[in-house]
Amino acid sequence: MSLDRSDVERIAYLARLAIDEQDIPQYTENLSSILQLVDEMQAIDTTGVEPLAHPLDGEQRLRADEVSEMNQREQLQSVAPATEEGLFLVPKVIE
Amino acid sequence: MHTKSLTELAADLASGAVSSTELTQAYLDRIAALDSRYNSFITTTPEIALAQAKAADEARAAGQAGAYTGLPIAHKDLFCTEGVRTSCGSKMLDNFESPYDATVVAKFKAAGAVMLGKTNMDEFAMGSSNESSFYGASRNPWDTDRVPGGSSGGSAAAVAARLTPAATGSDTGGSIRQPAALCGITGIKPTYGRVSRYGMVAYASSLDQGGPMAQSAEDCALMLNVMAGFDKMDSTSSQRDIEDYSAKLNESISGLRIGVPKEYMSDDLDPQIAERVQAGIKELEKLGASVREISLPRTRMSIPAYYIIAPAEASSNLSRFDGVRYGHRCENPEDLMDLYTRTRKEGFGAEVKRRIMVGTYALCAGYYDAYYNKAQQIRRLIQQDFLAAFNEVDLILGPTTPHPAFKIGAKNNDPVSMYMEDIFTLSLNLAGLPGMSVPCGTVEGLPVGMQLIGNYFDEARLLNVAHQFQQVTDWHKQTPAGI
Repeated sequence: MSLDRSDVERIAYLARLAIDEQDIPQYTENLSSILQLVDEMQAIDTTGVEPLAHPLDGEQRLRADEVSEMNQREQLQSVAPATEEGLFLVPKVIE
Repeated sequence: MHTKSLTELAADLASGAVSSTELTQAYLDRIAALDSRYNSFITTTPEIALAQAKAADEARAAGQAGAYTGLPIAHKDLFCTEGVRTSCGSKMLDNFESPYDATVVAKFKAAGAVMLGKTNMDEFAMGSSNESSFYGASRNPWDTDRVPGGSSGGSAAAVAARLTPAATGSDTGGSIRQPAALCGITGIKPTYGRVSRYGMVAYASSLDQGGPMAQSAEDCALMLNVMAGFDKMDSTSSQRDIEDYSAKLNESISGLRIGVPKEYMSDDLDPQIAERVQAGIKELEKLGASVREISLPRTRMSIPAYYIIAPAEASSNLSRFDGVRYGHRCENPEDLMDLYTRTRKEGFGAEVKRRIMVGTYALCAGYYDAYYNKAQQIRRLIQQDFLAAFNEVDLILGPTTPHPAFKIGAKNNDPVSMYMEDIFTLSLNLAGLPGMSVPCGTVEGLPVGMQLIGNYFDEARLLNVAHQFQQVTDWHKQTPAGI
């Protein structure tokens, strides 16, 4: 699988990554060589093989629905770039 | 004092030959004097260390000392440390002082450990050389023109340079074992779920596992006794009981059945490393182990499977770095999209961006079956190969890496050639099995490692075999010149 410039631009958009125009050829080359490497997988017959998502086939544990932690908003927001009255500030989204 | 092992230092503390305060000051002085050569620490924490040392000495005086009380530890900089920068080797988290402790960090604190600082690493643990760190590459103490391996390269270099007797690491595709091998130290990646992932900055959640890095198996056992155990804060933490990992160290390994995969002793392997591993096998045979050839036919497929699964999980995990809640935020964003894309462009380095993009691509509508699902199916086949092997043998043994440490910069522009260095380590993470790297010789003055692979939750056996090996060899005691 080989990628072209428009593939790289689309992937970068989906990943919410801005990339510089001059870096696109390098990304295209690197990503294409990585995808060539992973295409080796297609040589293996996996018909009927159950995918393994978790090494120990673990199941999600459930717990009782009880209050286990107190509100830590101030502590957790102390590392935020911008907050006001307990809210995270971002550029205006709705006109 | 700095050449002593963690176990020897524990004995010195217990006998009163040295206080934790004296020990801690000696290591802090060594780091301050020498780490400019190795760049193995991102952050040092002398005030915290001396306060913890004082508390440890007081606890000992009051008769309340445990096995780890007063002993130093350095944490890989992806373990969250309350009030101390947790950068994960990234500009994205350069300004991040974690508001809470990782479970591993909390367990060391509760055990009375002394934190010396946070060690250098590949950015977000993505790398096999430490060169992707925002803080510059850490250097291999055996040859400072060479890489220490990665991603836990700072931890490995710090232990090898005897700047700390012990360090934590994490291993997603070999990130404890490979740098341990390249720096001539001992490291163990436990079974997936044995050590809590809570507060470890996530790379690939179904593969990540924290573990000990130190001079010897005995030291790793001492550390694993602190680190291991169920944690309700980690949804994939194992509820299985933990063992005393030091208890079986001295047991005989007579009768142990060892399998050596023919795919590991292959053309990919430096012939001089093959010789050192063969010599290691001879030592284990002398101790009564029997050795036979086995086959792990899908070994080669671990590389493509890993380089889909890990980037796919990374692209999802790293979507949290959006400039809103913590970490780097770009200046003067025009709108929300600009905030996201520019923050991420500025905050992430090249290798992290590559993996995010590969993962994003693999998870795209239309490609999911061809890539992610296929990789998870191959993952099942790799696991089946191991399970079949463990019907015949108790332990699998081979090299940790195909080559000794390479020169800094040698593989910078060729990610695929860098990925091939992980060929012997990746499959364990895909299967979730425990593995360790044990020093077994040097090649042209550079250390190489032997990898021991155990069945699920067989950490005590791995440590036992490695300890017995280290009773009859002294590779783990060798240090770089001038240490």
